[in-house]
Amino acid sequence: MAGLTVPDARDSLRGVHVELRDVSKSFGGTHALEGVSLSVGRGSIHALVGENGAGKSTLGKIIAGVHGPDSGQLLIDGEPVRFHSPRDAIAKGVILIAQELAIVPSLTVAQNVFLGVEPSAAGFQDRRELRRKYAELAASVGFELDGDARAGSLRTADQQKVEILRALCRSAEVIVMDEPAAALSRPDVAALHEVIRRLARNGTTVVLVSHFLNEVLELADEVTILRDGRLVQTVPAAGQTEDSLMAAMLGRPLEATFPPRRPVPADAPVVLSVRGLRAPGVADVSFDLRAGEILGMAGLVGAGRTEVARAIFRANRVHSGSVRVARGPGMAAVTGTPRAAMRAGVLMIPESRKEQGLLLRRPVRENVSLSTLAAMSTAGLVRRRTERRTVREALARVDVRGGGHAVPAAALSGGNQQKLLFARSLLRDPVVLIADEPTRGVDVGAKRAIYELLASLTDSGLGVLLISSDVEEILGLAHRVLVMRGGRVAAELAGDDVTEAAILGAAFGATERGA
Amino acid sequence: MSQPQAATPAPEKPGSAGKQGASIQTIFRVHRAEFLGRAREGGIVYPFVLLFIILAIWKGPTFYGKTNLLEILDQQSATLIIAAAGTMVLIAGGIDLSVGATYALCEVIATKMAITGNPVLAIIAGVLAGIGVGAVNGVITTFFRINSLIATLASSFVITGAAALITGGNLVIAYSALGFANFARTQFLDVTTAAWTMAGVVIILGIVLSRTIAGRYMYAAGSNAEAARLAGVRVQWIRLVTFAISGGAAALGGILDASRVLSASSANGGTALTFTVLAGIVVGGTSILGGEGAIWRTVVGVLFIALIGNGFTLLGWNPLYEQITLGIILLLAVGGDAWSRLRAT
Repeated sequence: MAGLTVPDARDSLRGVHVELRDVSKSFGGTHALEGVSLSVGRGSIHALVGENGAGKSTLGKIIAGVHGPDSGQLLIDGEPVRFHSPRDAIAKGVILIAQELAIVPSLTVAQNVFLGVEPSAAGFQDRRELRRKYAELAASVGFELDGDARAGSLRTADQQKVEILRALCRSAEVIVMDEPAAALSRPDVAALHEVIRRLARNGTTVVLVSHFLNEVLELADEVTILRDGRLVQTVPAAGQTEDSLMAAMLGRPLEATFPPRRPVPADAPVVLSVRGLRAPGVADVSFDLRAGEILGMAGLVGAGRTEVARAIFRANRVHSGSVRVARGPGMAAVTGTPRAAMRAGVLMIPESRKEQGLLLRRPVRENVSLSTLAAMSTAGLVRRRTERRTVREALARVDVRGGGHAVPAAALSGGNQQKLLFARSLLRDPVVLIADEPTRGVDVGAKRAIYELLASLTDSGLGVLLISSDVEEILGLAHRVLVMRGGRVAAELAGDDVTEAAILGAAFGATERGA
Repeated sequence: MSQPQAATPAPEKPGSAGKQGASIQTIFRVHRAEFLGRAREGGIVYPFVLLFIILAIWKGPTFYGKTNLLEILDQQSATLIIAAAGTMVLIAGGIDLSVGATYALCEVIATKMAITGNPVLAIIAGVLAGIGVGAVNGVITTFFRINSLIATLASSFVITGAAALITGGNLVIAYSALGFANFARTQFLDVTTAAWTMAGVVIILGIVLSRTIAGRYMYAAGSNAEAARLAGVRVQWIRLVTFAISGGAAALGGILDASRVLSASSANGGTALTFTVLAGIVVGGTSILGGEGAIWRTVVGVLFIALIGNGFTLLGWNPLYEQITLGIILLLAVGGDAWSRLRAT
């Protein structure tokens, strides 16, 4: 596959272009990168791979000046540089093309490409000059893209071309691409690959952040594998296979931070039954969840995990299929709105606590009682003493210490904010609890507390659907695992089949079974 | 500018200097935040008390005498009622620019009916019309998802037009309907019924906002609509309710004023009233971005602006400067809110 290029020869010919020496970066308390060193040859395609949260995107962003490293050095052409912003990086010829494209939909393609560096005469845009320069630039890379088309009307693949042209017109020598193929259809992916190869042939260095291993093998000259923020190895792509890359991404023994798992009794009733669910981002998902069970849902970012959760909770529209929840001796269908789902006994702790969970500027007390106000009021008037007592008890149950219930939720730590959402949900006495990334961005102590809380909830007969990008967490907590890929359940794993290799294999689509 | 610095092989010095600078900056920021936090908590109360004391010293009993203070309250009745309801709209995440127009439409309806019919029925009909107008505003902004600023701006033109159609552009005079005059002018314990009505409405709305489930939902809807929805709050419904209350309050304000002077005109109220109301709410400290504020704040804010006007009158100053003063105070209030939000995130 990679036989078309001879990376070693080219590297020695043109030398090292980008080099990182012992780079570390942490966000809050978590280490995103620790002591990473690597070098990228001029005109080569260098891929960064790893699991979710392995640090590959962070590394790409450090190269492009979005983040500054906490320690360590970045060298461009052997010269140490210190980028304070993407602007600094652009001045040195390093440009990031992010996953979320940054085009202005209402401007034309050419205007987007030259945005900020428009040819102008006396403050007015020189349209003829703009057209001429655009045509010249597009021809130089062989793009056939109408410069006068409105950028917003283009397909994603063509919008990506706009970003690439924009990078080139700012004389980019290094282009960092973060998951460029994630939003593309198959023919568009092929076209994109051709573009990337052409860029490299013309001497542009490409750093490719991707979780598509086949793409990496097809394009890259060299591959750097990251795990938990550390560099595992940098190898020529030529000798690698998807399996060998996967093997390098795995590893690491399970730490004993997880509470003991009580087996689900064989006769435990089904509390949540999902059949043929179709919704935005969800294509035909069916599964059962039983009382006392933690069902893990794994998969890559964008595989449809959150979409399943939101469809079950009716936070998103549902096209077809049924969701039924245990009620009394039978099952009741969940229809309508989140409000109705809550009434049926389904509670969800959303993916983003700040955007979808909390009223950040309102007091802790109001945040906790929000979903249960009716139970603590008389004729619409909130009984404040009852509210205070209930909130205090609920917060004690989820182990939030400190009495300040009048402080705004924003003043709490990430871990306590997350627990606050648990407290709010538990006040509704749920039958099914969906927890979407409940430990994202919380410290180790709070993580352990949340694990223990989840375990104790299942002891009392709750069914938990746990969505997590942390495979270790899934392995340590879940009784059974669904692996999502492309909006479908790619694999269902239970018992001894639940291994990191099996989960990652299904998530990356390397193994054909179940697909 | 930082380019040559960045390219030097020894970036240690600028790095450490930057760190030191950051820590000093942090200390400064913390203190400023504390100060701002406290200033915001008390907010408009301090300037209000200060202004009151200054006027009391300067003009003596002419200012703090019962006659003058009760006169201010009576005159501000309509504004206070409308602003109290408007506070709910803002807190729930909307804005109602049509209150001035609704005020005119409903006073015209009630006054016309009072000339020939039962004044009580006329008042009830006028208020119901206001609630209806508000509900329509609510439906437009929630179910048709049109930004409330634009939706109520547009509806205010329609409402004003409707009022002018009813009056034919003339002043509606009800000098013979003395029963209608009793609604605002009756004195009870030296205080007009207009002021009593205002006090009752403001207290009820205050309790609804601060003590009831509906009030909590208003704060939640304006604070984070998506989080509120996922927590089971019917965000659209609660916003619609605030618009209906706002419409009803605008109607009541208009009818009180019409009853006081026994006449009504489609040219009354309008944008001048709308902006006075909004200024009072914002000066009081309720955020135009929703989720923050209180009705007592609005009461203080409206009365603060009224005191400025009263002061200008008592001191015989050029009223043109009053407008300028008001504008500056409004800017300070909104700027303070934006600033405190900036530090909170």
